[in-house]
Amino acid sequence: MALKGIDIFKLTPKKNCKECGSPTCMAFAMKVAQGSADISACPYMSDEAKAQLSEATAPPMKTIKVGAGECEHTLGGETVLYRHEATFVQRPLFGVCLCSDCVDEKLENTLKVDYERIGEREYVEVLYLIYKGDKDAYLELVKKSMGKGRLLVLDCKDADAAAAALEVCGADKPILNGATPENYQAMSELASKCGVVLGVGAADLDALYDTVAALEAAGNKNLILDVTGADAKESLSNAVQVRRAALKNQDRTFGYPSIVNLAKLAKDDLHTQVALASVFILKYASIIVMQEMTYATALPLYGLRQNIFTDPQKPMRVEPGIYPLNGADENAPCAVTTDFALTYFLVSGELERSGVPVNLLISDGGGYSVLTSWAAGKFSAGTIDKFLKEQDIEGKIKSRTLIIPGKVAVLKGELEEKLPGWEIKISPNEASGLVKFMKDL
Amino acid sequence: MAFKRTPQTFNCSMNEVTFGTGEKAVTIGGENVYPLYTFDGEIKNKVAIGVEITDNGFDASVPGIAEFYAGCEGMAAIAKRASEMPGASFVVLTLEGADPNGQNKSIEECAAIAKEVADAIDCPLAVQGCKNIEKDTELFSKVAELCAGKNILIVSARQEDYKTVAASAVMAYGQKMSAESAVDINLAKQLNVLISQMGIAAENCVQNVGSAAAGYGFEYVASTLDRVVGAALTQNDGMLQMPIVTPVGGESWVVKESTASEEDVPEWGSREERGIEMEVSTAAACIIGGSNAVFMRHPEAVKTIANLVNALM
Repeated sequence: MALKGIDIFKLTPKKNCKECGSPTCMAFAMKVAQGSADISACPYMSDEAKAQLSEATAPPMKTIKVGAGECEHTLGGETVLYRHEATFVQRPLFGVCLCSDCVDEKLENTLKVDYERIGEREYVEVLYLIYKGDKDAYLELVKKSMGKGRLLVLDCKDADAAAAALEVCGADKPILNGATPENYQAMSELASKCGVVLGVGAADLDALYDTVAALEAAGNKNLILDVTGADAKESLSNAVQVRRAALKNQDRTFGYPSIVNLAKLAKDDLHTQVALASVFILKYASIIVMQEMTYATALPLYGLRQNIFTDPQKPMRVEPGIYPLNGADENAPCAVTTDFALTYFLVSGELERSGVPVNLLISDGGGYSVLTSWAAGKFSAGTIDKFLKEQDIEGKIKSRTLIIPGKVAVLKGELEEKLPGWEIKISPNEASGLVKFMKDL
Repeated sequence: MAFKRTPQTFNCSMNEVTFGTGEKAVTIGGENVYPLYTFDGEIKNKVAIGVEITDNGFDASVPGIAEFYAGCEGMAAIAKRASEMPGASFVVLTLEGADPNGQNKSIEECAAIAKEVADAIDCPLAVQGCKNIEKDTELFSKVAELCAGKNILIVSARQEDYKTVAASAVMAYGQKMSAESAVDINLAKQLNVLISQMGIAAENCVQNVGSAAAGYGFEYVASTLDRVVGAALTQNDGMLQMPIVTPVGGESWVVKESTASEEDVPEWGSREERGIEMEVSTAAACIIGGSNAVFMRHPEAVKTIANLVNALM
């Protein structure tokens, strides 16, 4: 249960020494209860009290670090079930499953999907290596998958083969996804010895719960839950109930990140895997494993993931600059708007649909939409003028037509004064009117 | 110690709305658990899929769509074929040609097409306008009149034209209507309140709370759906309990990922595959958010989403 500030206050020395940085012990206790201060900041609390409190004030879902070096990732640490309640923290990783038979043809194609979308690198972060009973072939698979800058997950329930694989790639800190109610003791010892995260799976949620409880009792809290069930329905049920138990019902036994293998649920049906991946992006998977990843599957899935895992309080921004559309050259007119990602997508989409070459100028509006940034003084004649000078638009573009958003039509006069020689045109209020506007230009 | 399950069921539910007539009439809504949470309780009606065609027919630039409608001459034949698309249960006619900034087809011409389509199919029909408010208002009245007795779904009534749509489509001709707002729970509720104050009964109105393609501001769609469904079920907010319909095809097939040619971006591969995945991903994300019906275009995407719905519900 979450502790109230007053309960924490009772355990403080109540001497208001300010050494923790808070003015009073009461203030400190309130901060700890909110999660904005750490209990260890108090130098006078007894170790016993600290242990008691750090357990009670621990986050409901653990934050787990996996991988090493360039393929290090953080999983979990979520605090809410719905992103509007605060924000989702760790975007899920995507993986592609590989086995010794298919690695040669699939690995190369998997690595090809690698691009940037609004400041984030989009690629297959995880290689999911499936053990099929032949240890030597598996070690070969592990070796081929190493050194690609991707996190490895060993899907292997055979402790002997897993130990051999970890000898090869243990330094890269892969995830060992192979603990079951039957083998968890041996697997846990192996994972702990190598310092890697252990994936736990079971036939149903009850068995999974008991196994996690047993692992925790044995001292292993470096876990990830494999929620893949017999079918899609059971897997969704598992993913939701695990997360809900942790966050809503404060049942910390299920307070771990989760992994789901869609290749198992919809074998050879990539369309259905895309549908399921979309569901699991929203419903709580930390690692989503696909049979393969192509640009066709990556583009919508990574776009969706980027949308869902933006902080609702921090708008998504695009980089300010010149974006030539429809093959625009230096003679094409300019259209200016703000750097709010949604504004950019709507405006650039409609401009592209018009087929008319145009240089879209994205100025720094603080990541706000046109009206909001205008109201905040971040999108004015002054800022547009400054932007044009900073980017040397007059040197780069010969056209002297500047289209401004209809919502800031009031800027026209002032812009004409600041930008002599430019013709200022006013576009419609809504992006949907842009196609006709551009064609009539 | 076994895992303690705590199902979330609610004492209230989303409204049920039926459109179409006869055996193939479609009923959506009615659930009292979160979307697809069958482990919490039984879900009353399956998510329905509508096949979108326009007054200009279908998107012949996509081979799979062109192939599906091959040999269809005229709107009646196209509509009939659409109504037979595996996995779908109703037809959506988008009267895009009415747009005064586009083809500017007359009200009479468009309404006649709607009538022709309605007569050609034995499943329910939903009619979308051209997004020009003035034209749509008149258009919807005429369509509702010509399709009287068919119990069609008019998509959509907005802040600006809800009065006319409610009065003509629902009150005068007994059709169903959809209230459209732009990804904001407050706007959605406000419009639903205004519509109910006109005396439109719960069983006659669905809501479209906004739509976007995956990657194109979908966080607003997702959070609006979460909040609308949350308020409807946890707070028993009767002004947000209308079943939710979401147009997906129109959004998915216009973004760069689905339109860029293979010559322009060779590394992206088949344009058709990109479009299908975009439509599939967007539809699936809408459904887990709470859409009770989605409008889609490509036969392969429709089949995939139908399979998803069957697998999860």
